[in-house]
Amino acid sequence: MPVQERRIIYRHIDEPGYTIDLACYQRHGGYEVLRKALQRKPEELVQEVKDSALRGRGGAGFPTGMKWGFLDRKSGKPVYLICNADESEPGTYKDRQIIYKDPHQLIEGVVISSFAIQAKQAFIYIRGEMFEGFHILEKAIEEARAANFLGDNILGSGYSVDVVVHRGAGCYICGEETGMIESLEGKRAYPRIKPPYFPAVLGLYNCPTIVNNVETLCQVKHVIDMGGKEFVKIGVPGDSGTHIWGISGHVAKPGYYEIESGKATVRDLVYDLAGGPAAGRTIKAIIPGGVSMKILRMGEKFKVKLPDGSAGEWGVLDIPLDSGSFMQCGTSLGTGGMIVMDDTTDMVEALANLNAFYAHETCGQCTPCREGSLWLKKVTHRVCNGGGRLEDIDLVKNIADQIAGRTICAHGEAAAWPCQSNVPKFRDEWEEKIRAQMQAREHGELAARKGLRLV
Amino acid sequence: MNLSEKTTQYIDRLIPRYPVKRSAMLMILHAIQEEQGYLSKEAIEWTAQKLEVQPIAVYEVVTFYPMFRQAPIGRRHVKVCRTLSCALRGAYKVCDTLQHELGCGLGETSADGNYTIEFVECVAACGSAPVVMVDDKLHENITPEKTPDFAAKLKRETTPSMPPSRH
Ligand SMILES: Cc1cc2nc3c(=O)[nH]c(=O)nc-3n(C[C@H](O)[C@H](O)[C@H](O)COP(=O)(O)O)c2cc1C
Ligand code: SF4
Ligand code: FES
Repeated sequence: MPVQERRIIYRHIDEPGYTIDLACYQRHGGYEVLRKALQRKPEELVQEVKDSALRGRGGAGFPTGMKWGFLDRKSGKPVYLICNADESEPGTYKDRQIIYKDPHQLIEGVVISSFAIQAKQAFIYIRGEMFEGFHILEKAIEEARAANFLGDNILGSGYSVDVVVHRGAGCYICGEETGMIESLEGKRAYPRIKPPYFPAVLGLYNCPTIVNNVETLCQVKHVIDMGGKEFVKIGVPGDSGTHIWGISGHVAKPGYYEIESGKATVRDLVYDLAGGPAAGRTIKAIIPGGVSMKILRMGEKFKVKLPDGSAGEWGVLDIPLDSGSFMQCGTSLGTGGMIVMDDTTDMVEALANLNAFYAHETCGQCTPCREGSLWLKKVTHRVCNGGGRLEDIDLVKNIADQIAGRTICAHGEAAAWPCQSNVPKFRDEWEEKIRAQMQAREHGELAARKGLRLV
Repeated sequence: MNLSEKTTQYIDRLIPRYPVKRSAMLMILHAIQEEQGYLSKEAIEWTAQKLEVQPIAVYEVVTFYPMFRQAPIGRRHVKVCRTLSCALRGAYKVCDTLQHELGCGLGETSADGNYTIEFVECVAACGSAPVVMVDDKLHENITPEKTPDFAAKLKRETTPSMPPSRH
């Protein structure tokens, strides 16, 4: 049987007749979970989230309940909640659907989460390029405030919280949570060093702060609705709930698909749901979830431990869609923004495209990241432009090795991982490309570029 | 400074939303740029005064964030996404065609002042790649084949009476 979607977060997205106004949301049971949540103790709600084993959907997959548990309550300082709506990891477009098509679901999630952690104020930090998304959220907040779903003394509970939408202005690094905090303070988005600046202790205005992704906060609403112990039954141990997969690149039907964690494979997603590659093409490589995650080459085999504890082997298409399975294959599902590349793709060009991104987006605070990402861009671009040298192959890998683990924030890893995975896995392609260039240069010519230009 | 009543009032409503004034920085800069098309020296100093910070604190924000600019641009701001998902579906060809059809180089403003074309990084619409933003609007599935028509439509919509883009 072909794989089925299980839509929880996206239940009403693209449903005919479903609109973004409050009345429609309420007709579909909107804000009922909030109403019930407000009658419970905040600690109980935090416990539900812990019981649910929900992992954050912003890319790192950190358990949400545990994160909330780190909040410094002793300081007596106000607590803040920031919803990360920066959606800036290339390949990712899942939060956009929620913001543009079901904004009240997000707001309900934000208010429930604010109440659970007893936040004094909540912010939704939305990327600057989502002009319309900003207006949609502002309007939805006004509606919710008028109906007393946020603001003062929410539904007579005695709890008050306001939600403020804040716009970014075109930086990837604002998606990094401490960069986001600096940005929200009206500064350059320079990520902060941890320790001591763990947001749950020293966050916004040096107060305890929780930063959660848009989808995570929507998941929280469903955790509270069904109870943590029910929620944890969805999916597989270690990765509960559903994942929204946004596929792009070389497939017949790019789009988003919500699938119960671990209940389908890469094959189901790429071939059954997304229609596979174009006629006559084959798939060469897949990046599982946002461009920073390590690339997978078709034909690779992974020695894994199967759910029953026995040893097994998976090819790329066999990987089940849950975080533990991708981890076993040396990569991560990240944001779920999967990019598929077919056999026409030049893998050096693909990497050069990403290196240009990181060189543009580094905030510049740390030398390895600032200099390294620019250097990576220059070397890979030189190879794309016909000036490749065989030693460039190891050079790219070496530069990347010296960035990862030596920086203030995970942008360092984000810039390094694509190189660290692409170079060893596609070494044959690099060598072939460079040898052809060397030969051409001997004749005073420039080797012809193959495939679609990606830089 | 020459700011409309509407924008000034909007800014005065923005500031008290935040526990600390300075947090309103990005929102104020957006509001001014969306009225004036860019951030002048005067605007930067006005913002500094409004937020009770030194002008350098505003300058460093303006120079850090790619969406802010200190000079006016063309009437239409054409932003072509060049990141991987869009590139895999022909974004670089789209950009070449747009430059050719609109008579405007990449990173430049056309001689008639009508267009500014730029590359931007992923705008979170990768499932409908390639995408192009014009001012504040997202245009999806602008494939290389569709680009000439897209450019023609843009040309029809753009008139000399339009002010420089505010987005
Ligand atoms: C360079 C960089 C960019 C990031 N961009 C985003 C983003 O756009 N959206 C997001 O939710 N998280 C992003 N993150 C992850 C955040 O730092 C943070 O882990 C996340 O918002 C936490 O939310 P979660 O626990 O709900 O996943 C980024 C991290 C890094 C290092
Ligand atoms: S790792 Fe890169 S992006 Fe992160 S703080 Fe350092 S220089 Fe900035
Ligand atoms: S790569 Fe163009 S929108 Fe994401």
